Amino acid sequence: MAKIIVVTSGKGGVGKTTSAAAIATGLALRGKKTVVIDFDVGLRNLDLIMGCERRVVYDLVNVIQGEAGLNQALIRDKRVDNLHILPASQTRDKDALTSEGVEKILDMLGKDFDYIICDSPAGIERGAQLAMYFADEAVVVTNPEVSSVRDSDRILGLLGSKTRRAERNQDPVKEHLLITRYNPSRVDDGDMLNLDDIQEILAIDLLGLIPESEAVLRASNQGIPVTHDAKSDAGQAYTDTVSRLLGEDVPLRFHEFQKKGLLSRMFGGGRR
Amino acid sequence: MKLLEFLRGERKKTASVAKERLQIIVAHQRSQRDQPDYMPMLERELLEVIRRYVKVDQDAINISLDRDEDCSVLELNVTLPRT
Ligand SMILES: Nc1ncnc2c1ncn2[C@@H]1O[C@H](COP(=O)(O)OP(=O)(O)O)[C@@H](O)[C@H]1O
Ligand SMILES: [Mg+2]
Repeated sequence: MAKIIVVTSGKGGVGKTTSAAAIATGLALRGKKTVVIDFDVGLRNLDLIMGCERRVVYDLVNVIQGEAGLNQALIRDKRVDNLHILPASQTRDKDALTSEGVEKILDMLGKDFDYIICDSPAGIERGAQLAMYFADEAVVVTNPEVSSVRDSDRILGLLGSKTRRAERNQDPVKEHLLITRYNPSRVDDGDMLNLDDIQEILAIDLLGLIPESEAVLRASNQGIPVTHDAKSDAGQAYTDTVSRLLGEDVPLRFHEFQKKGLLSRMFGGGRR
Repeated sequence: MKLLEFLRGERKKTASVAKERLQIIVAHQRSQRDQPDYMPMLERELLEVIRRYVKVDQDAINISLDRDEDCSVLELNVTLPRT
């Protein structure tokens, strides 16, 4: 049976799709049979981040409505064995996703894969709730920003009440905090919420910390998940995150600002 | 500006303001988590009724439901303006 992990946040633009692609890639690089599903019907972009947009023929909704088989819709990743992408529909309206349809697809995928990663749409409405409903674990992507932290807390409320595990009184969905777009220099200046504060407020386990990084835009420009950029800070941070997801104990990196000399501090040498 | 702040060491830390705000927001959200769906509506309507008699602010009313084993207590707190 596959482990179903939803990547969710409430707030849009915090790094869900970037993280879903990076984590799925990292799991596959570790030899796990992984499929990553785009639940953002109408606004798909996981295919762009994964660099497979020109190979999309059928999508999630086609499969649910019986217009295509699951194997016709699944796209094999070009770079990593064991990695597949199931794109969302670009054109259909959101109601085309049904709970029964999603359950059927997850059941079928569950037989073949070790991990199913669900890239949630933003918001706390139906689409986001459907993406999390069948999850075993949740990666709650949070930026060091008031609105993002608040939305993450709302998502935690939904994970505890509006999921299959909650409704069936099973073990709760395992919640992980993933802080992204962290800027240690601004934290140092006292203008950005720090790691400990966010963790204290949300009170869930920290899975990883991804720094604000130029490598992420470079990766999305090319359609190559940032995990492949093994020299970059973000790439390494996602690799660490995946190791922790697999139960390994890996020390945190990239959370401390490398102090510069007095001169560059005085003349405003902020790090980009 | 940066240099002045640096020498005086008196820069206001906006992150700590953010933290304080979040602690209040999150505490409020969590207290509402287990409440029945009709609570927000009930709160709004109660506020309307009270406002017919006294001029109070939107946030002057605080309503919560405490569940015990054999009964529930609906607690209603209204801060009235000084007269
Ligand atoms: N660690 C990061 N550093 C810099 N930019 C990032 C980082 N993570 C995400 N971004 C950027 O933020 C934007 C939103 O990311 P995306 O993954 O699409 O968010 P979501 O799926 O939550 O809407 C994108 O432009 C992406 O390149
Ligand atoms: Mg997205």
